[in-house]
Amino acid sequence: MRSCLIVDDSKVIRMVARKILHELTFTTAEAEDGQQALDQCKASMPDAVLLDWNMPVMNGIEFLRELRKLPGGQKPVVVFCTTENDIEHIQEAITAGANEYIMKPFDSEILQAKFSQVGLL
Amino acid sequence: MRPEDFDFIAKLLKDRSGLVITRDKAYLLESRLTPVARKRGLKSLDDLVGSLRTAGEDLLREVTEAMTTNESFFFRDIKPFDQFKDLVLPAMLAARAAKKTFRIWSAACSSGQEAYSLAMILKEETARLSGWKIEIVGTDISTEMLEKAKAGMYSQFEVQRGLPIQFLVKYFKKNAEMWQIDPAIRAMVQFREYNLLHDLKTLGQFDVVFCRNVLIYFDQPTKSRVLENISRVVPDDGFLYLGGAETVLGISDKFKPVPEQRGIYATTRAGAAAPAAAAAPAFGAR
Repeated sequence: MRSCLIVDDSKVIRMVARKILHELTFTTAEAEDGQQALDQCKASMPDAVLLDWNMPVMNGIEFLRELRKLPGGQKPVVVFCTTENDIEHIQEAITAGANEYIMKPFDSEILQAKFSQVGLL
Repeated sequence: MRPEDFDFIAKLLKDRSGLVITRDKAYLLESRLTPVARKRGLKSLDDLVGSLRTAGEDLLREVTEAMTTNESFFFRDIKPFDQFKDLVLPAMLAARAAKKTFRIWSAACSSGQEAYSLAMILKEETARLSGWKIEIVGTDISTEMLEKAKAGMYSQFEVQRGLPIQFLVKYFKKNAEMWQIDPAIRAMVQFREYNLLHDLKTLGQFDVVFCRNVLIYFDQPTKSRVLENISRVVPDDGFLYLGGAETVLGISDKFKPVPEQRGIYATTRAGAAAPAAAAAPAFGAR
């Protein structure tokens, strides 16, 4: 089973994402901000990261830049999942090493489509 | 709804579009035609049926469009587009090397996502296609869908179903809450109103035809008729794409499945001497 780390400061979003990912047969772990996520990745690299942008402590883009510097940090497929929906943010995310980008609001169909595009399904 | 009213609408739809509505799908009439009735200031579907019996072309068209409009998304099912890029396109480049031109048809194109997906693939292959003229034509029965297709304007929801994010960044511009496809991509596709049940000859010949998830709405004789119509505009070495749940088996002897390429069909006229045979190694090479 593949693993996905869900990084979002909203408990509700984490719950929705968790439910969808379990249906897609992923095991999941959760983090409330970028720093927590980074610590978890250092302990164990997930196959995928579903990543919010705006979070306290460390935001999503900072987390992504740090992740990609870690040993083995190129491995996880990172899918942003954020309300930021302008070209500039999307471009910045891709440059920082994001593999896909979901603009909120999202549903299981979008998440599934994006995950299959990046070869996770 | 009274049985005679249902039969009346069912016949109207079948005659005008080939769409087969069975009684178990009567709810579709409710959900799709109630808005049409409201728009006309009619209280209910029953009133709409009443007006339809004496209606002019406008209302008949509107009802047909409301019932035949179906959802579409970019790079739907992914695989057919990979096959296009890796197999069909190389085959065509080999078979048409002398003329350096061929034509693609997105039949029943709805709001244009399939046609634009093909255009983006071709755009990505610009280097290989220098000197080539490749036409993409999208047709649909619905003028409303064609207007949308021509505008190339899609909601945030629509651009997230199937479109890789790199393509969104590269080929779309944000326009308020909508995303509009690049004028250069729009210029690669012509959209025209066309009914698949009519004579297709004025559209010209098409080397590759995408007619996916269309036949599923038709009954057996209509399926045969549409495939027959399509076969008349496809050259011997052309290709036809059908949807994953569709087949030609037992419906038409004009097309045969391309071995090991699910969803792609060749004409039965494509013999050993036909130009496609020269391109066929491209299919085996992978």
